Amino acid sequence: MKQSLFQIISNTALTDSVWKMVLKGDTSAITAPGQFVNIRLDGLYLRRPISVCDYDRQTLTIVYKVVGKGTEQLRAMPPGRELDLLTGLGNGYDLSPAGSRPVLIGGGVGVPPLYHLAKCLIAQGKAVQVVLGFNTASEIFYESEFRALGCQVTVTTVDGSYGGKGFVTQALPRDATYFYACGPEPMLKAVYRATAISGQMSFEERMGCGFGACMGCSCKTLTGYKRICKDGPVMRKEEILWQA
Amino acid sequence: MASMNVSLCGIPLDNPVIPASGTFGYGYEFAELYDINILGTFSFKGTTKDPRFGNPTPRIAECTSGMINAVGLQNPGVEKVIAEELPRLKACFHKPVMANVSGFSVEDYAYTCQKLDKEPQVGWLEVNVSCPNVHGGGMSFGTAPEAAAEVTRAVKAVTAKPVIIKLSPNVTDIVSIAKACEEAGADGISLINTLLGMRIDLRTRRPVIANTMGGFSGPAIFPVALRMVWQVSQAVKIPVIGMGGISSAEDVIEMMLAGAAAVEVGAANLINPYACRDILNALPGVMKAYGIEHLNDIIGGARNG
Repeated sequence: MKQSLFQIISNTALTDSVWKMVLKGDTSAITAPGQFVNIRLDGLYLRRPISVCDYDRQTLTIVYKVVGKGTEQLRAMPPGRELDLLTGLGNGYDLSPAGSRPVLIGGGVGVPPLYHLAKCLIAQGKAVQVVLGFNTASEIFYESEFRALGCQVTVTTVDGSYGGKGFVTQALPRDATYFYACGPEPMLKAVYRATAISGQMSFEERMGCGFGACMGCSCKTLTGYKRICKDGPVMRKEEILWQA
Repeated sequence: MASMNVSLCGIPLDNPVIPASGTFGYGYEFAELYDINILGTFSFKGTTKDPRFGNPTPRIAECTSGMINAVGLQNPGVEKVIAEELPRLKACFHKPVMANVSGFSVEDYAYTCQKLDKEPQVGWLEVNVSCPNVHGGGMSFGTAPEAAAEVTRAVKAVTAKPVIIKLSPNVTDIVSIAKACEEAGADGISLINTLLGMRIDLRTRRPVIANTMGGFSGPAIFPVALRMVWQVSQAVKIPVIGMGGISSAEDVIEMMLAGAAAVEVGAANLINPYACRDILNALPGVMKAYGIEHLNDIIGGARNG
C-alpha cells in the first residue's frame, strides 16, 4: 500500500453514467490486476474504493459509475486536479491457474478490473475469451477495447438490444479452462452455479479503511473469516460461502 | 526542545498519542507504512473470551465529518490473540502495548484479562464496557455505575497490570460511572467510545447498517468527547485518556487542556493511515506556536485561572 498524489490527465464519459479517468502518479504499489485504489474526496469522510482498470509505471486508469456524492464529485473533476490515493489495495487476481483458454466474465461496472487482467493473460500467450453483460445497449463500454487486445468478445444484454439476449451465464464458452469474474453478486452467484470449471471472483462491500484495519468489510468463507479489502476482493471459487 | 513525555498509570510514554482499539488492528498493517514505535503505545483490537465474527455487513456508514461502524467485536478470541497475533505485534512494536478487552459477562471479562495479564508486553488492560454493537454485553456494563464497578472489581482481582475502564458516552451521567469505577479500583478511565447512531439509505428506505444502529465516530464527536473528558477528569483522581474525533496535533493539545493525560486516535487512522505519524510530526511545531514546553504541564490546564 502506498499513499500518494495523482494528477488527473483525462476524465471522459463512456456512457451516460460510466466515466473513465486517467491519472498520473506513482503506481509502484500496484502488484496485480483486480486490486483497487481508495480515493480521498473533499467534504466526504470516507475514501471511495474504485477498482483499477489499467495501469503502467506512471499512469492509472479507473472506470467508475456515477452513483452518489463521491462519484459525482469525481465526474466533475477537470484534468490537472490532484487526488489523494491509497494504491495497491487488495489481493488482486492470481494468474497462475488460468490454463490455456481462460474466460473473463464481467457484469456492468464489474467489467473494468478485467481489462488489465486480460492484458496480462494475453502477454502470457493465453487465448482470452471475454463475456460482458450489460442491461441494455446504451450501457455497453469497453467492448472494442477488449477486442483491440485480441480477446474473443461476446456481449449480452438483459433486454436483447445488443448481442445475445439474457445474462452472461447463457454465453459462457464450453472450452474455457478457468474463469475470472467481476460483477454484481447475483451475477457472481449465477456464474458460480453455471460453471463446472474453477475460477476466481471479485467481491464488493462497504468499506471503512480499505486496508484491513477496521474489519468493516468482513465475510465468512470456507477457509475462515476474510476481509474483502485485504484478503480479497478476489476469492477463489472453492472458498466462497454464499450467505442466505 | 519540546518534551512530549507523559506517564500513564505509572508507565512512561514517549508521547501521549495512542491509536485507539479497533482502528489499528494489531499494528502490523500500519508497520508496513511507518515505524509504529514512534507512538506512545497503541490499543489493539478488542479481545473477547471466544472467537467472534461480529455483525452482518454492511457494517459501515458514512456521516458528515464521521462514520458509523457496527463491526461487533470481530476477533479470533483471546487464545488465538495470544498465540498468533501478539507474536506478530511483538515483531513490529517494542513498547508496552494496551490490551483492549470486552465481554458478555463479568466472568468473561475476568477470564480474558487473566489470560492477557500473563503477557509481558501488555502494559495496560483497557476494559471496554462501552461497545454499542453487541447485545447482552458490552455497553450494558458501562451504562450503570454498579455494573461498571462490578466488572472493574472482577478484573482488578485477576491482574496486577493497570486497569483502564473505557466508558460509553451513551449515558445520562458519565461522571457517576467514572467515579464508581475509580472507587472499585480502576487505575484509569478512557473515554469516549462511539455515540450510538444510524443512517437510512434513501433508495432502499432501509437502515444502511445491517445491524440498524452503530457507533458514530470521527471529528463530528470531538466536542462531545472534550466535554466529557472535562467533566470526568475533574471528578476523579485517576488519569483520563481522552478520545473521540481527534485528528490533529491541535486536537491533542485541546483534549489535554481539558484534562486528558493521554489521547487515543481512532477513526482518523482509517481515513489517513499516517494520521498518528502526521500528528506526532506536527506536535512540536504546534506546541511551540502555543508556548508549550512540556506536554505534561498542560494536562487539565484549561481549569486554571
